[in-house]
Amino acid sequence: MALEYYLVLSALLFTIGVIGVLVRRNAIIIFMCIELMLNAANLAFVAISRNLGETNGQVFVFFVMAVAAAEVAIGLAIIVSVFKHRQTINVDEINSLKG
Amino acid sequence: MNAEQILFILFGAVSLIGAISVISFRHPIYSALSLVITFFAQAGLFVLLGAHFVAAVQVIVYAGAIMVLFLFVIMLLNLGTLSAKGAIGPKLKGFAVILGILLAIEGIYIAVNSASDTAVAAAESATGTTTTYDIGKLLFNEYLLPFEVTSLILLAALIGVIVLVKRENQEGN
Repeated sequence: MALEYYLVLSALLFTIGVIGVLVRRNAIIIFMCIELMLNAANLAFVAISRNLGETNGQVFVFFVMAVAAAEVAIGLAIIVSVFKHRQTINVDEINSLKG
Repeated sequence: MNAEQILFILFGAVSLIGAISVISFRHPIYSALSLVITFFAQAGLFVLLGAHFVAAVQVIVYAGAIMVLFLFVIMLLNLGTLSAKGAIGPKLKGFAVILGILLAIEGIYIAVNSASDTAVAAAESATGTTTTYDIGKLLFNEYLLPFEVTSLILLAALIGVIVLVKRENQEGN
């Protein structure tokens, strides 16, 4: 398979993630869409690393995964504590920081 | 059409359908399960690309640990009743989809162009699979410092989560 197909698939997955962040107002689903985007980046990393005959891209995938795991843990903890305070996770209603 | 192309189309279609399901289901549980399907399909794509270890880590970390975290939080908050309200209006939604399609066109354009640049570089070397040995050697020699920094990131995340949840408990009492 040529590299183009993997990169196009990665671009499409990334776009779906972006649309999800724009369209959905549920904070948990927005987080899932961020995971989708990170995964699309991982796919591009692995595809390009294979195309170049190197392993470096796969090592970067590990770093992306570690950052994603940390981000999800922190983000979900924030969501839980926001939900305890405000009884909602709709990002349009969480506007305390707005001046 | 050889086996690899058929498998690519299969896994690609499954991951795209799963991704679209993530953003279109109303209930977060269904979105989370669709996301698991997407992750599994992407693990299949990684196997096709010869990155077997990355595929295994994808299944264990993403489809395992991260999705369990998501499902725990969804069930903890019992969000089924809250998720229906608060979707954005159809006009804004159409605008977002148009912006997304523009982004997709740009991404595909860049992908095709950059791929044709690099395709010359390694047409014959693009057949090998990467073993865990290769990745480990690279990770513990060339990328040793980033690897250690990664452990610091995870430690910071751990402490951050504990602080967030603990402060919450004290205010509750």
